Amino acid sequence: MIDFLVSVLTLTIPAGTALLLGTLGEVYAERSGVLNLGVEGMMIMGAVIGFAVTFATKNAILGIVAASLAGVLMALIHAYFSITLRVNQVVSGLALTMLGLGVSGLLGKQFIGMPLPVRLQPLNIPVLSNLPIIGEFFKYNALIYFSILLVPLLSFFLYKTNWGIVLRSVGENPAAADAMGVNVFLVRYLAVMFGGLMAGLGGAFLSVAYSPAWIEGMTAGAGWIVIALTIFSLYDPTRAMLGAYLFGGVRVLQFRLQPLGIPANLLNMLPFIMTILVLVLISEQAFRRRIGVPAALMQPYSREEK
Amino acid sequence: MSEVPAAVLMKGITKRFAGVVANSAVDLEVKKGEIHALLGENGAGKTTLMNILYGIYRPDEGEIYINGEKAHIHSPKDAIKLGIGMVHQQFRLVQTHTVVENVILGTGNGVTFNEEEVRQKIVELAQRYSLAINPDARIWQLSAGEQQRVEILKALYRGAKILILDEPTSMLTPLEIKELLQTLRRMTEEGNTIIFITHKLDEVTAVSHRVTILRQGKVTAVLETAKTHKTELANLMVGREVLFRLEKQPLERGAAVLRVEGLEALNDKGLVAVQDVTFSVYRGEILGIAGVAGNGQRELLEVIAGLRPANKGKIFIQDREATYASIRERIGMGLSYVPGERMTALVPNMSIAENMILKSYRKSPICKGLFIDRQVMLDLAKRLIQEYEVVTPGPDKPVKLLSGGNIQRALMARELSQEVDVLVVAYPTSGLDVGAIETIWKILLSQRSLGKATLLVSDDLEEILTLSDRVAVMHNGEIMGIVEAKEENIEKIGLMMAGALKIDREQWV
Repeated sequence: MIDFLVSVLTLTIPAGTALLLGTLGEVYAERSGVLNLGVEGMMIMGAVIGFAVTFATKNAILGIVAASLAGVLMALIHAYFSITLRVNQVVSGLALTMLGLGVSGLLGKQFIGMPLPVRLQPLNIPVLSNLPIIGEFFKYNALIYFSILLVPLLSFFLYKTNWGIVLRSVGENPAAADAMGVNVFLVRYLAVMFGGLMAGLGGAFLSVAYSPAWIEGMTAGAGWIVIALTIFSLYDPTRAMLGAYLFGGVRVLQFRLQPLGIPANLLNMLPFIMTILVLVLISEQAFRRRIGVPAALMQPYSREEK
Repeated sequence: MSEVPAAVLMKGITKRFAGVVANSAVDLEVKKGEIHALLGENGAGKTTLMNILYGIYRPDEGEIYINGEKAHIHSPKDAIKLGIGMVHQQFRLVQTHTVVENVILGTGNGVTFNEEEVRQKIVELAQRYSLAINPDARIWQLSAGEQQRVEILKALYRGAKILILDEPTSMLTPLEIKELLQTLRRMTEEGNTIIFITHKLDEVTAVSHRVTILRQGKVTAVLETAKTHKTELANLMVGREVLFRLEKQPLERGAAVLRVEGLEALNDKGLVAVQDVTFSVYRGEILGIAGVAGNGQRELLEVIAGLRPANKGKIFIQDREATYASIRERIGMGLSYVPGERMTALVPNMSIAENMILKSYRKSPICKGLFIDRQVMLDLAKRLIQEYEVVTPGPDKPVKLLSGGNIQRALMARELSQEVDVLVVAYPTSGLDVGAIETIWKILLSQRSLGKATLLVSDDLEEILTLSDRVAVMHNGEIMGIVEAKEENIEKIGLMMAGALKIDREQWV
């Protein structure tokens, strides 16, 4: 029994890491008041660029860096449309997803079925990785440790620093931040770009580390789960980790539970069902205030608009 | 030139919004250490001027000097650096954050901050200016008065020496107002300068040293408060030049068509905005409601129109009680409402013809079973366009393309083409040019001679006196008195508008 649990848990963390990376980025973007529905597009671009650069340079780190830059560039498109031009954020985000899916398919055609010469290797942590049973938890690759490390860092930054207050204020009441001399546009651009960086990383994790190959549409809706998890987490990095691993675990369990007669489709619905439950929960104004759902989410800011 | 330079000197400030001039060559001089009131009606350009000083808007023309030196203020950040703080009418606070978080927003050099130090400084400032506040409370837990204290603390924390307060008393209780005014006096004693935006005359006389009066974006006077009085201020604030005189036949009082008894209603903030309002409007008369905008007029009309529930009291249309009637029932009883924000009564993207049948579409001959007879609709629209002198390329053009005066004419055409007994009109000529004003006035007077009862709300005294038979004055949600619409009553009306005179109900005409 313990063996079963440990084997599920050790698989859960890698299965949830792409979601965690993407969700952490989207949490920050939405905290600044910008909803980016283009996560799926940014992720898949990260996946294809990460694969291509790793393939060409035979260096996984370079691939991952390139993937995050690709994510940032994609996010800049959304930032320009939604922040500078104040276009409807839903439309701009959806366009970004479609763009990413299309372009990645085009770029990736030549890589279909190609094996990756190198992949991100596991990092065996000395001593700890030799422990019985829990040793398996210390044999992950660097990106997984990085994503876990980010959770407390991003929490601290968000709640305990000047810049965190600025970020949250911009998402809550941009006019208030503006009146205090904060550059609302710059903060939103940075937050959206950070979201793109993290989505790109998540994509690269999939194609360079988790299942090193390029398959068209390989994110398979992970970007949409990120959007759901962002709401589920109530814009909090720690809860984002919880949600990401919960769903990672569901994915792992799919294969184990199917023989028991629990259909995979049912399990696939779980993150969305949880999200709907959370939405019902936060439909109450008082609760929303206490939790801190960004009040200015999806509202473009313009100083001179009357 | 040994004199201390003015804390704030704004010269020739002009600001236009999409063709509308909000400030026109405005000069403002605020001396160091004084409380300077900026008085004017809603829309007179007070807030725009102060938003320019605080760097939120950029002026199209003009220069700003702070403490004698030319200032280039491109954003609030620049203003804060120059020691200017602003408390906006709608507080700019992050509701879900604590007082501490709101105060330090945008300050600090490093990434982290010493929360204890900040808290200490807030408590210190709060004590010095008696602005009691719990630094760890979240904003949404605080009352309006407390939130305002946080706003003032925010400015003081940034070292503001010049504090702009935009309508600071509008959300406060009387006790909180008293405390605020005391705090302001204490602040000037310590050498701070305060600019106080208001449209309330009491506050000007109670707290300011000098007052600059704005009307329609222009300065009409700069006075020392001690050397003026409320009536003069009221005239300077709302007075308008006589445009023209219209013939008005003497009235024979008919039956009461609209009757309101002891009406009470709340505004959007949940505060009492209309209290114990009683009056009747008779057949063939225009009853004007005068008053400085924001004294409950809007809420009163909304209650009568059925857009806002009455707390207490009763409304009768043609002797039938309508207090709880739906809007459509009231329309059926013969009520027509032309709101002040005229675009709220029209669908901007729909054609003029479609807008004109918004009330009659469900009746024959326009309605044919499930369908609208477009030919009948267009014929009706063409007739109304001609009758009401709407200038438009055609009835099929979207209504949003019309100018303000033509929008108002089209709206009046729709409302008056119904079977109307009571016409409720708010600010019918605000923002219109002279020609349009004349047509609207003529339309209203022709309704009067047809025997309709009209309730007219306006902040333009000239309009009220020209059109109405009787004038009721609203102040602070109450009717201060009802007098005959005669030139010799102007002074009385001005005093009632300022809240300085209340006439006993037995003496109302």
